Amino acid sequence: MSDEALAAVKARLKAYDGPRMRIMEVCGSHTAAIVKNGIPGLLSKQIELVAGPGCPVCVTPTDYIDRLIALSQEENTCVVTFGDLLRVPGSAGTLMQAKNAGGRAEMVYSPFDILAMAQAEPATTFIFAAVGFETTAPVYALLLDQIVEAHIENIRFLTALKTMPPVIDALCAGGADVQGLIAPGHVAVVIGSDAFKPLAEAYQLPFGVAGFSGMHLLYAIDGIVRARGRGTVMNFYPEAVTPTGNVKAQDLVAKYFEPGDALWRGIGVIPGSGLFLKPAVQCFDMGSQALQHDHPMNAACRCGEVLRGAIAPQDCPLFKTACTPLHPQGACMVSAEGNCLSVYNQN
Amino acid sequence: MEQTVITTEHGSGGAATAALIDGIFAKAFDNPVLAQMEDSAVVPGAGEIAVTTDSFVVDPLFFNGGDIGRLSVCGTVNDLLMRGAEPKYLTCGFILETGLLVEELKRIAASMAATAKEAGVTIVAGDTKVVEGGGGLYINTAGIGFAQGREIGARQIQPGDVIILSGNLGEHHAAILSERLSIDTDIASDCAPLVEMVRALMTSDVTVHAMRDITRGGLATILKEMAETSGLTFELKESCLPVTPKVRDFCGLLGLDPLYMGNEGKMAVMVPESDADEAIRLIRASAYGAHAAVVGRVSAGEPGQVVVETAVGGRRNIDVLRGEGLPRIC
Repeated sequence: MSDEALAAVKARLKAYDGPRMRIMEVCGSHTAAIVKNGIPGLLSKQIELVAGPGCPVCVTPTDYIDRLIALSQEENTCVVTFGDLLRVPGSAGTLMQAKNAGGRAEMVYSPFDILAMAQAEPATTFIFAAVGFETTAPVYALLLDQIVEAHIENIRFLTALKTMPPVIDALCAGGADVQGLIAPGHVAVVIGSDAFKPLAEAYQLPFGVAGFSGMHLLYAIDGIVRARGRGTVMNFYPEAVTPTGNVKAQDLVAKYFEPGDALWRGIGVIPGSGLFLKPAVQCFDMGSQALQHDHPMNAACRCGEVLRGAIAPQDCPLFKTACTPLHPQGACMVSAEGNCLSVYNQN
Repeated sequence: MEQTVITTEHGSGGAATAALIDGIFAKAFDNPVLAQMEDSAVVPGAGEIAVTTDSFVVDPLFFNGGDIGRLSVCGTVNDLLMRGAEPKYLTCGFILETGLLVEELKRIAASMAATAKEAGVTIVAGDTKVVEGGGGLYINTAGIGFAQGREIGARQIQPGDVIILSGNLGEHHAAILSERLSIDTDIASDCAPLVEMVRALMTSDVTVHAMRDITRGGLATILKEMAETSGLTFELKESCLPVTPKVRDFCGLLGLDPLYMGNEGKMAVMVPESDADEAIRLIRASAYGAHAAVVGRVSAGEPGQVVVETAVGGRRNIDVLRGEGLPRIC
């Protein structure tokens, strides 16, 4: 894209004076990239960006964290997780607090690190805290492939895997005040841009699949604003996203996982929005389906409404008072991609 | 027969400890003060002294561009330099885990000796302890330097100053992370003593208001801290921040931000705008300063704010690093 084309997009977005457009991004990396690039300041007051439930850590219910904590405290077990999850509050504290009190939880950057850990300590059961969306699911499927092949018997999964189209569907069906969506770019790499077509058509909303640079985002927002009122999917990330996605990754996921009803923090159960281990590989599961309760640490926490885009983080009474990055009350203030932390960092 | 791994015997304080010290440290750091092997070192000096200490726990011990030994000298030397002091003496405390290969310890001692020589400091005292473990090694160094009688620090920063960065961001962090994740990037750590560039600035007519080396937490964290201390606003231009394409791509892949990544051989310097060209010239002419650039400005604005103008023209406020970052990078 030329500098002139970008300048024209920026000029159009700043000058827009049509009907108010509330555009939701449902990908935590987009939320972070919007803040990082200072996008809101480049838009007309008539265009508002609102973050949706796109951060996998943020939508993980307290039951899940509580179960991880309990597992970390059992004899001969070790919970293995990505960093953010250590600090997410459950109903009574965080995994980090449990670890400091003698529980066993290890942070990894790659899920595959669990293979060497499990082989080095055969008497310990290693439980991977498998959170994520369609982008992360293929990695866990690949890991399962290797576990099965190497006959490793001391690795288990506690899954909280979720999929995007059902939650977008639930938000739109629930009457969310949005006039367009920035579709998640990384998820679209895996599932393809066509996956959003039924939603765009059903709700007559423009979906723009976007990449993650400032320029990518500006082009997508411009496209969405110009397609206002039309049920269409536009791909502004063609260098990475195809209509049908990565079929190999989809097949790998389908080999080990099947859809099921999943609980989203602050939102509730959404039918078919989770991925669970199939019956044939249930032996690797640590009771993921049983986690059906969500009890926030602080009753005043409005994470749910923030995640649905119904209120801005600043509208939560705990924001910047009881809830800060050092003392988060809800997951949205923990994750680097969390809606509340993103806004907190801007103020 | 010489043992090939560290055992609890090396920590006994007896013959094996003495053999280890004589065979490795005394040999590598050889100098008349250390050679006295007394309970403390007595060194000449006068006037105001700068003192600092730092501990090094990096994992892995060896990485592309350096090792824990070089790091342990650079970290402490650079901390002395940032107050405008001339680094002179170092002490080093080693905590060795059983199972450490003696060969690795020799390499680390040799690397420390070479880095100390490069930085012009003498290692005058040391200590060794052994703990049960899995072949790890931790080093503490303390440093003494002679202050040059100039007030250098965040409180000296003035509105109108420019912010100079001595080189590319994120290289140490990216190098360590590449090793940990077994990603083949050939990104090398920038771990280096900044003696030459600081000396060049300090002996020139440039008025240096503040210097800070960029370690854990990255440029964002140190600038936010300095902005708060100075009560001023720092404005950065993202397009001016020097980052190599390799580090930029690596960050893109892993969702990291170069502004929050640690270096071990870079500094930020605040000087009056009228001195900016000369400061840049001096830093670029010094070792490790080839990519120095002006990256921002200081204004009276809102106290403690650090604002970045992004590549697409947006603005964002930056804050200190929160959460884990990357543990054990230094």
